[in-house]
Amino acid sequence: MGWKKVKSTLAPGWYFMQGDEACAEGALAAGCRYYAGYPITPAGEIMIRMVHRLPEVGGSFMQMEDEIGSISSVIGAAWAGAKAMTATSGPGLSLMVETIGYAVITETPCLIVDVQRAGPSTGQATRPAQGDMMMVKWAAHGDNEIVALSPWSVQEMYDLTVKAFNFAERFRVPVFLLADEAVGHLRETLVIKEEVKIFDRVKIPGKPPFGTEEMNGVPPMPAFGEGANLLVTGSTHDPWGFRKTQDSAVQARLTERLIRKVRDFKSEVIETDPHLLDDLEIGVVAYGFTARAALAAVKTLRTQGVKAGLLRLVSIWPFPDEAVAALGRRCRKIFVPEMNRGQIAGEMTKFTSTPVIPLSKTNGEVIEPAEIVEGIRRNL
Amino acid sequence: MNERIYEMINDHAFPTPFCPGCGHGILMGAVLRAFAELEWDLKSTLFVSGIGCAAWIPSPHFKADTLHTLHGRAIAYATGAKLFNPRLKIMVISGDGDLSSIGGNHLIHAARRNMDMTVVCANNSIYGMTGGQVASTTPLGSLTATTPKGNPDRPFDLCKLAEAAGATFVARQPVATPIPLTRTLKKAIIHQGFSFVEVLSPCPTQYGRRNALRSAFEMIQALKNSSVSLEKAKGMSVEELAGKVVVGEFVK
Amino acid sequence: MKESAGKKKKTAAIHLNQKWCKGCYLCLEVCPKKVFEKSADVSEKGFQPVLVVHPELCTRCQQCEMLCPDLALNVEKGE
Repeated sequence: MGWKKVKSTLAPGWYFMQGDEACAEGALAAGCRYYAGYPITPAGEIMIRMVHRLPEVGGSFMQMEDEIGSISSVIGAAWAGAKAMTATSGPGLSLMVETIGYAVITETPCLIVDVQRAGPSTGQATRPAQGDMMMVKWAAHGDNEIVALSPWSVQEMYDLTVKAFNFAERFRVPVFLLADEAVGHLRETLVIKEEVKIFDRVKIPGKPPFGTEEMNGVPPMPAFGEGANLLVTGSTHDPWGFRKTQDSAVQARLTERLIRKVRDFKSEVIETDPHLLDDLEIGVVAYGFTARAALAAVKTLRTQGVKAGLLRLVSIWPFPDEAVAALGRRCRKIFVPEMNRGQIAGEMTKFTSTPVIPLSKTNGEVIEPAEIVEGIRRNL
Repeated sequence: MNERIYEMINDHAFPTPFCPGCGHGILMGAVLRAFAELEWDLKSTLFVSGIGCAAWIPSPHFKADTLHTLHGRAIAYATGAKLFNPRLKIMVISGDGDLSSIGGNHLIHAARRNMDMTVVCANNSIYGMTGGQVASTTPLGSLTATTPKGNPDRPFDLCKLAEAAGATFVARQPVATPIPLTRTLKKAIIHQGFSFVEVLSPCPTQYGRRNALRSAFEMIQALKNSSVSLEKAKGMSVEELAGKVVVGEFVK
Repeated sequence: MKESAGKKKKTAAIHLNQKWCKGCYLCLEVCPKKVFEKSADVSEKGFQPVLVVHPELCTRCQQCEMLCPDLALNVEKGE
């Protein structure tokens, strides 16, 4: 229960691996022993890796009849005691939305990998985008406090998947790994260490599994078959899981705790990666594959005499509001290159009055460093 | 009779939220009696249900692990739980609309896979909880909230659907005859593989009231009179079987 | 109830939980011996439950118990 160190599931050393494959390995290292999925480009390689590797580590694999079946079975497996995950892309994620809400209200830990592709709708299946950034937080009806991380390398496809599982177990929430087709299909060096630090869900037999004394606590989580007589339900419920659809006090307390149990502890989750932020005039905020180009761009701008720096967002939700506000206080403009129409740029305007200028590219191709340099120079 | 069933329920959840005379209440008793007669320890049994009146049979009434899921998705949730912990005995209890309309895809695939679980479909031929809308199982011509001029569509034969999809135990019993119902449920529970039991369960409030069956007892009587056992049906002509429903164990 | 000579008299204790009864009267209608009647009183939940008025007529057929949707009836085995 809680934090522990375990041996990695791959022998330590250097590997040359694809992003999707590294994600699967990260999941196994974190203790994932149930995967269910439905075929979708460009997440397919994660499922293929899992079907071969899960039996080797004593886990279970299932290809379900659709995405709703996949995420549903992930929740069933999680309550049977598994660290469980699925991987998909935009169209599949859209199908999973109702079930994401179920995971939120039942406080079911699970990982959903979204290898984003050009949309909306069927779009361009084999081409990258970053169009689902807001959706993972706002798509399910009602208020959702979830965790989402954004990897920019094959190494992070591994490391952030481990972190994602740890956050899922720590906070009892669904966690999203917001990858994209570019980082998913990228091949790069992956370094595997001897050990990996993981978090196992807390179990306290006899304690209520759906409520805590504190207004921001995470309850312990039994599994089926342990004699807990679990009452898992998507209806509003009391700390024992008993359905309470006519009780305002219960609804108030539950909805507040579901938000605060993550929000009050967001400092445990929020991670940014600053580059060249000393002596700053022009800020750049980027995440995922685009941040690679953004880093190259700020280096180029510095050689051109522009005092530019990059704040890379590693975690997306809960939103790194203070980091953005702090950046805004130190520069006169912030540019946000994204493979969407300004989703994170828009969110940032809530936290800084420094002008935020989106540099959107939604043609299904990655953003090049030169495009970011040009976009910034044009708007200096 | 079986005192044991009173040890298998959460007292504080009673009286139930079901309407007076609801067939699902009768089914609830039959399910408990089946487990009691099998002397089954509920500790490793998982009850999974969807959304609707039938889905409230196990949750929160049974003193066991219960998983109350989303509309149509009980079987998919159950699949994950079973695959990760095969020692769990799984019973899905849900309604006809939940399992065969919105949940139809999960039903046919689990049957095709012969997943080891027992699916009890409480068929009241209507969407009861939401106010009596037409369902995939509503008889042709019936009046419902969304077929005020009579249902223009034919209903599923759920047993044939389950059988065609690959279920290895398929049966239909009415709540009007609780002893054969309990007997069939016991067989379905013991069966290794995908077992499907369609339970004809009257809804006096939404179906009966709109279709000239004014009381719960009238519905139970009508159900009893229209049910024909499989053996008896074999000797009956097509005309004689009109308006009747064949009950019994079809695949075992 | 008349007894046949040499046969043991069956007695059945019928336990009725009036708090759970919703007055659907399935038991009343189905009972072959007319053991039940409707109560004139209204329960806490607003129902008019049944009353067990002739328990001595009960034959332990248990139809009432098995058909009760509310598990409100329990018929004891008697000797």
